[in-house]
Amino acid sequence: MTTKLPEVDVVVVGVGWTGSILARELTKAGLRVVGLERGPRRTPGEDFTVPSIRDDLKYAVRQELFQDTQMETMSLRHARSETALPVRRLGAFLPGTGLGGAGAHWNGVTWRLLPTDHKLRTHLSERYGAQAIPDDMTITDYPVSYDELEPYYDRFEKLCGVSGKAGNLRGKIIDGGNVFEGPRQAEYPNPPLEQSVAGATFETAVKSLGYHPFPAPSSNASRVYTNPEGLTMGACIYCGHCERFGCESNAKASPGVSILPALLSDDKFELRCNAYVKDLVHDKTARKVKSVRYVDTRSGEDYEQPASLVILGAYVFTNNLLLLYSGIGEPYDPVTGKGSVGKNYCYQVGAAGVTVFFEDKEVNPFMASGAHGIMIDDFNGDNFDHGGLGFFGGAWIQAGPTNGRPILSRPVPAGTPRWGRDWKRATAKWYNHAFNIGGSCCNYAHRENYLDLDPTYRDALGRPLIRMTYNFKENDYRVAEYVTAVLGRIGRAMNPTLINTPAYRRGNFSAIPYQSTHNTGGTILGTDPKESVVNRYLQAWDADNLFIVGASVFPQNQSYNPTGTVGALAYWAADAITKQYMKSPGPLVHA
Amino acid sequence: MAGDTIPRRGFLVGVGLAGTAAAAGVAASSPASAEVPAPNQSSATEGAAAPGNREPEPLLALNEAEHAFIVAAVDTIIPADDLSPSGSECGVATFIDRQLASAWGGGAKMYRSGPFLRGKPEQGYQLALTPREFFLAGIAATNDWTRKTYGKDFDRLPASERIAALTALEEGKADLGHVSARQFFNALLTITMEGFFADPIYGGNRNMASWKMLGFPGLPATYANVIDQYRDKPYTAAPQSIADFS
Ligand SMILES: Cc1cc2nc3c(=O)[nH]c(=O)nc-3n(C[C@H](O)[C@H](O)[C@H](O)COP(=O)(O)OP(=O)(O)OC[C@H]3O[C@@H](n4cnc5c(N)ncnc54)[C@H](O)[C@@H]3O)c2cc1C
Repeated sequence: MTTKLPEVDVVVVGVGWTGSILARELTKAGLRVVGLERGPRRTPGEDFTVPSIRDDLKYAVRQELFQDTQMETMSLRHARSETALPVRRLGAFLPGTGLGGAGAHWNGVTWRLLPTDHKLRTHLSERYGAQAIPDDMTITDYPVSYDELEPYYDRFEKLCGVSGKAGNLRGKIIDGGNVFEGPRQAEYPNPPLEQSVAGATFETAVKSLGYHPFPAPSSNASRVYTNPEGLTMGACIYCGHCERFGCESNAKASPGVSILPALLSDDKFELRCNAYVKDLVHDKTARKVKSVRYVDTRSGEDYEQPASLVILGAYVFTNNLLLLYSGIGEPYDPVTGKGSVGKNYCYQVGAAGVTVFFEDKEVNPFMASGAHGIMIDDFNGDNFDHGGLGFFGGAWIQAGPTNGRPILSRPVPAGTPRWGRDWKRATAKWYNHAFNIGGSCCNYAHRENYLDLDPTYRDALGRPLIRMTYNFKENDYRVAEYVTAVLGRIGRAMNPTLINTPAYRRGNFSAIPYQSTHNTGGTILGTDPKESVVNRYLQAWDADNLFIVGASVFPQNQSYNPTGTVGALAYWAADAITKQYMKSPGPLVHA
Repeated sequence: MAGDTIPRRGFLVGVGLAGTAAAAGVAASSPASAEVPAPNQSSATEGAAAPGNREPEPLLALNEAEHAFIVAAVDTIIPADDLSPSGSECGVATFIDRQLASAWGGGAKMYRSGPFLRGKPEQGYQLALTPREFFLAGIAATNDWTRKTYGKDFDRLPASERIAALTALEEGKADLGHVSARQFFNALLTITMEGFFADPIYGGNRNMASWKMLGFPGLPATYANVIDQYRDKPYTAAPQSIADFS
């Protein structure tokens, strides 16, 4: 039996980064908002406390805070001709669950896209000719320009108290910041974090090569900071337990630190945790979502919550699933190229990391923040000439450890055995004298990479799993090979005692090793309802009272970590709702 | 089990010291026996389980033969030397036993619906077995193989043959029948490293031996006041565990 509840103004599905932002903005605008979160209620003050939060085994290895695959997982195949099998244990990526979502246990690297990323297809066509873009590379422009989004990037950065250094202040290029970034209206809210010897060594080397280093833009506050919500962050203590952990010093921006204390004290907001959303009730004729159905996992009771406005902020996989379960939009068909739900699923491609070893340097990798180190952007996006290279895109490159937690982080020179006497010698010898140089490459959309429903495997609620048909493609391999060569060049310029420069191996995407939780696409932004799921305001073409927020709207994935853009787009959508939609509910774009 | 006559736990408790030293390829009188700590080891071995005088920990998941296997395996993977006591002396076998008895060992956070098909390696683990069931199957299959190959259970092999046996598993050269040797070895290696390097509250890494070996300070990990001062300088602090703050 399903209990039908009285109608509310807004239901927000998922109370992570995007759900919290939308709920906050809409309650501020006077609406009554219910937040439905599948996981438990967690608060930093009660759940992320020393000493227990420093438990490497529990949080980093046994995955305490992540989606429970016993409830729900995804299946994977590399091509349409194969049978997808379930990802039985999370590995490559780690979606969050519980209040705050993955925003509770992210690292905090906080980027804006390049202005050219915003108009990718147009830009590449203009510079290299439209025919240079391969047919099966289904990249598009964002229908929102960098200039339009700039105030919202700024807003999210202020919410998070991002520490960094501007490289382009209102058009003025500033040495020591990221000189490739688009113009920003203001300096970062906080100065950069302290650097490690690894960052300093990298900085000297890349300068000698003529590149442009800058400190990582970091949502780990370099000093005590009060954000526009009136909420105060502590200063980062460089504890080296950031990604995969909650932050006990409130120095890492998160929904729990940066928004929820304000939101939860507003009685126009009602939070329901353990509320697992199953589907949306869609009125196809009226082109509206009427209600949201969920099960309370504490009682097993089913509920239907009617609402005038529905926000999906439930991360890439659920955002796609709920459309597919509810018959909203046309599922993408890779054979005909028709349909759009599930289209342009993207991820990121790691280059082969280079490790440098210095007999005479003390790295102290355990003194680190999550978004640490020095970076360069010289080989990202279209910041370098791709003429004749045979690929598009690139990577941001970084050095400076983010932790020295020894279960997962023990660099040893190539050729060291994995166990026994010699393994131990090398491990003890190099632990404090080595660090990585890494690059995270973009992943441009490909016609054959997409999401749909698995025909065989089901979740604990009896619904089909989401199925990823996904593999790295030629462009990805070439970017990674190119970036790997750059990493090697930088590593050698540091004159290390030893260097591991593994050749990039062209392998299949693997679900096993962690790469990043930067999944994107499937409910993409666009200007044409046939080619996209949401319009430029993140409003669904097929239901004007449905807004979909999160990286599921990215038309393709850049090299950058997504959350800066995700947060900016969330504020942008909130503004469209409060300033336009609330005045006259209906489609904000007429296609 | 192969007609063993000496009860394994007695065997371990009684002559474990010599056995461990042999496994490590060092003489029984070496510093590994914890009598004379090496200079860089001032406290790593102090109070580290001198096997002869520590009562065996009660077993939660493993039987005695399985436990003996795990002790032999972790002592081969992490031999005693001047850097640290052996894996089992550091409690890694206890750690593994407890992990296999934990919710994780019982398959928590693991999708377990069929059909169970053999996938491509990149699709990840695809067996119906929980970690606990998988380890027990792997131990049994390895012992079957060492009996066929060397005439004895794994834990009864001399150090050189243990090393050879684990190498054969690692390289996928041992035929373990229904169990994949490589897959079992990788699981064994991973859980051994987890036990050696995790906080001691889980039963391994006794006396923070591995943290002392690395120079990892453990907790409470508050470096705002020292990150600048210790840039490129050795930071030596006696490590502390979660238990030291609880
Ligand atoms: C280990 C890790 C490190 C990361 N580091 C970085 C970084 O350094 N920089 C960066 O930019 N990004 C990083 N990310 C990514 C970042 O966390 C996400 O981009 C961000 O949290 C996305 O916000 P979101 O609101 O879309 O999803 P989330 O914050 O995850 O929130 C989604 C919420 O929806 C809930 N939900 C899902 N399905 C349902 C359902 N059926 N019913 C009810 N609720 C549901 C989830 O439980 C979750 O709470 C990292 C992620 C991880 C896991």
